[in-house]
Amino acid sequence: MRSLNWLLFPTLLLILISLYCIFIYAPTESSMGEVQRIFYFHVPSAWTGFLGIFLVFFCSILFLIKNDRAWDIRAAAAAEVGAIFTTMVLISGPLWAKPIWGIYWTWDAKLTSLFVLWLIYLGYLLLRRLLESPIQRARLSAVFGIIGAIDVPIVYMSNRWWRTQHPQPVMGGGESSGLEPSMLFTFLLSLTAFTFLFFLLWRMRCRIEESADRLEALHRELNTRLQEGK
Amino acid sequence: MKFLNQAGAILWKDLLNEYRTRDALTSMLLFGLLVILTFHFAFEPDSLETQKFAPGLLWTTFIFAGLLGLNRAFASERENEALQGLLLAPVNWGAIFLGKMLANLLFMLLAETAILGCFAIFFNLSLGAKIGWLLLIVPLGTLGFASVGTILAAISMNTRMSDVMLPLLLLPVALPAAIGSVEATAAAFSDPPGAALAFWLKFLVVFDVIFITVPLLLFDFVLEE
Amino acid sequence: MSSELSHVVRLDKVEKWFGPTVALQGIQLQVHCGEFVVLLGRNGAGKSTLLRIIARLAKPNAGQVEVCGLSLNQEAEQVRHRLGFVGHQSFLYRNLTARENLRFFSKLYGIEDAEVKIQAALDQVNLQASADREVKGFSRGMQQRLAIARATLHQPELLLLDEPFTGLDWEASEILSHWLEQFIRNRGTILMVTHDLEHGLGHVSRWVFLDRGKVRREMKGNVQSIRDEYRNFLKEGRREIS
Repeated sequence: MRSLNWLLFPTLLLILISLYCIFIYAPTESSMGEVQRIFYFHVPSAWTGFLGIFLVFFCSILFLIKNDRAWDIRAAAAAEVGAIFTTMVLISGPLWAKPIWGIYWTWDAKLTSLFVLWLIYLGYLLLRRLLESPIQRARLSAVFGIIGAIDVPIVYMSNRWWRTQHPQPVMGGGESSGLEPSMLFTFLLSLTAFTFLFFLLWRMRCRIEESADRLEALHRELNTRLQEGK
Repeated sequence: MKFLNQAGAILWKDLLNEYRTRDALTSMLLFGLLVILTFHFAFEPDSLETQKFAPGLLWTTFIFAGLLGLNRAFASERENEALQGLLLAPVNWGAIFLGKMLANLLFMLLAETAILGCFAIFFNLSLGAKIGWLLLIVPLGTLGFASVGTILAAISMNTRMSDVMLPLLLLPVALPAAIGSVEATAAAFSDPPGAALAFWLKFLVVFDVIFITVPLLLFDFVLEE
Repeated sequence: MSSELSHVVRLDKVEKWFGPTVALQGIQLQVHCGEFVVLLGRNGAGKSTLLRIIARLAKPNAGQVEVCGLSLNQEAEQVRHRLGFVGHQSFLYRNLTARENLRFFSKLYGIEDAEVKIQAALDQVNLQASADREVKGFSRGMQQRLAIARATLHQPELLLLDEPFTGLDWEASEILSHWLEQFIRNRGTILMVTHDLEHGLGHVSRWVFLDRGKVRREMKGNVQSIRDEYRNFLKEGRREIS
C-alpha cells in the first residue's frame, strides 16, 4: 500500500491541474470552438493506448523468457488498461469529428491503426478469458501479445502508404501544427497526466491480481494443513 | 537434413489426410463460388465496376476461404489428441510449424487458383497478360497469411470457440498483407502496371519475412504444456 | 553396475508451479531398469503432470530430471528416442490407414527398415488384417493396439502409460495386460498412471501414492494387498474448504 501512494497523489494533482488548464486556461480555438478541447483527451488517450501495447510486448517477452507469473500479471494488466484508453480514443474521435468536420470517421492511418489496436486488445483479452489453464493462458496470450504488438506499427505504415494512393478526408489536422504556446503547454500537461494515470491504473490492477494469487495460495495452504492435521 | 525430412513427413501426412477427406478444399471452393454469386446479385456490377472491385473482392474471398482452411488445420490433430503423438516424437517443434505451414499454404494456393479461375469466368475478366504478375503476387500475399495463420490457429485450437477466435486474432494481424496484396493486384491489373506494384511487392516480402521468423521463434511456446 | 546406469528415471527435487497453483512439490523418485512402477492418486494429485514432465511435454520449474542417464534439459530429443508413451487417447490420425500412421511415425523417429518393422509391429498386435483400413473404422480396442504398436515401433527402453485401460473392453484390457507383461519380461521399464486396479498389475514391483503434488507413500506388494491401502489413502483428507 505504501508504494501505491507515491503515484496516487502526483496523478491526482496532475489531473486536477490539467482539467483546469484544459477547460479554463487554454484559449478557445478559433476555427473549431469549444469542441476542440476534446483534443486534449483524445490524443493523450491514443498515446497511452500505444503505450499499453508496447508494455504488453515487453512484459510478454519477459514472461516467456523467465516463466514468472509476475510478468504475466503485468502484461495482462497493461492490456486491460490500454484497452480502456483505446476505447476512449475511438469514442472521443467521432465526438470531436462530427461537429467540426461533419463526418464521424475517416480511415486515415492513425485512426485505422487505433481501431486495429483495439481489435488486438480485444483478441488478447478474449483469448485470456477463454483459456482455463493458468499456464496456458499466460503462455498463449504472451505469444499473441508479441505478434499483435509487432503488427501495430506495420499496420500504421501500410495505411500511411495506402493513403498516398487513396486520399481520404483529413481530420485532426491541428494536433502538432500551429499550436499556441498555452495550448502546447496544456497538451503536454495532459499527456503527462494521462501517462501517470496509466501507470497508476496499471499498478493498481497488478496489485489486485497479486492479491488474488496470494489469497489462493493461502487457501491451498489452509487445505493442506487441514489434511495433514487430520 | 533431418529437420526438413520431418517437416516433409508432416506435410505429406497433411496432404494425405486432406486427400482422404477433401474437407478443406471443397469448403473453400464452395465458399468462393458463393461469394461470386452473392457479389453478382448484391451489386450487379457492370464490366468497368467489376474491373475496379475485382482485386478487393478477390482477396476478400481468398482471406475468408483461407480462414476456413486454417480452422481445419489443427482439427485433425485435435481428434485422438494426435498432436501429443507429434510432440512426443524426437522432432524439432519448428519442423511441425514448417510442415503445417506449408500444408496450409498449399491448400490455400490450390483453392485460390480455382477461385481465381471461377472469377475470370463469371466476371469475364481477361487475365491473360496479368497471369505472370498474379503468379508472383498471390503466393507472396498468401505466404504471410498462412504463416501467421498457422501459429494463431495453433493458439485458438486450445479455446472452445476456436472458429470465432481465429478470425478475431488473425484478421487484424494479417491486415497489412491484405492491403499489400490488394494494392499489388490492382496495380498489376492497370495498364501499364503502376510503380506502386514494385513497392507493394517489396512490402509483401518484408511482411512475409517478419511473419515467418517471429512465429517460428514463438511456436515452441505454443506447443508446450 | 554403477548406480547411475541402473536408473532409468531419476527425479530430483522436481517442482512445478504457476503463481498460486502448485502441481508438484519436492518430488524425489527413482525408477530402476526392469521395474514396473504404478502411480496412484486422486484426480489433480499431479500424476499426469509428473508423467508429462518425464515425457518432456512439460518443463519443471525446479529440479532435475534424468531419463536413461540423459538430462532432459539438454538432450530432449535423444530422450524421446528412448521412451514410448501410451495415453487414453490413441494419438492416431483417423483418416489414415494403420500402416500409414505407423509409416508417418517411423519417419519422425528416423527408423531404418521401416516397412519391415511396421509389418512386424502390426503382426505383433494382431492387426495385420486391418493394416490398410482407415483408423476411423477401428474399434477402441483396435485403436489401443495400434497405439501400442506406435509407441513401441522405435523400441523404447522406457514405457510411460497414462490411464491406458480407460474405455477398453475386457478383451482389449487383457491384450494390453499381456503385452505389458511381455515388455517387462524383455527387460523394459514401465511407469504407469492408472485408476484401474483390475488390469495389467500382475507384475508391478512398486506402488507410489501421490497426493497434492507430493509423493506420500511408496509400497511394494501385490495388487490385493495394495487395494485396501489405496482405499484408506483416498479416504484420508476428504475434508476441504471450498
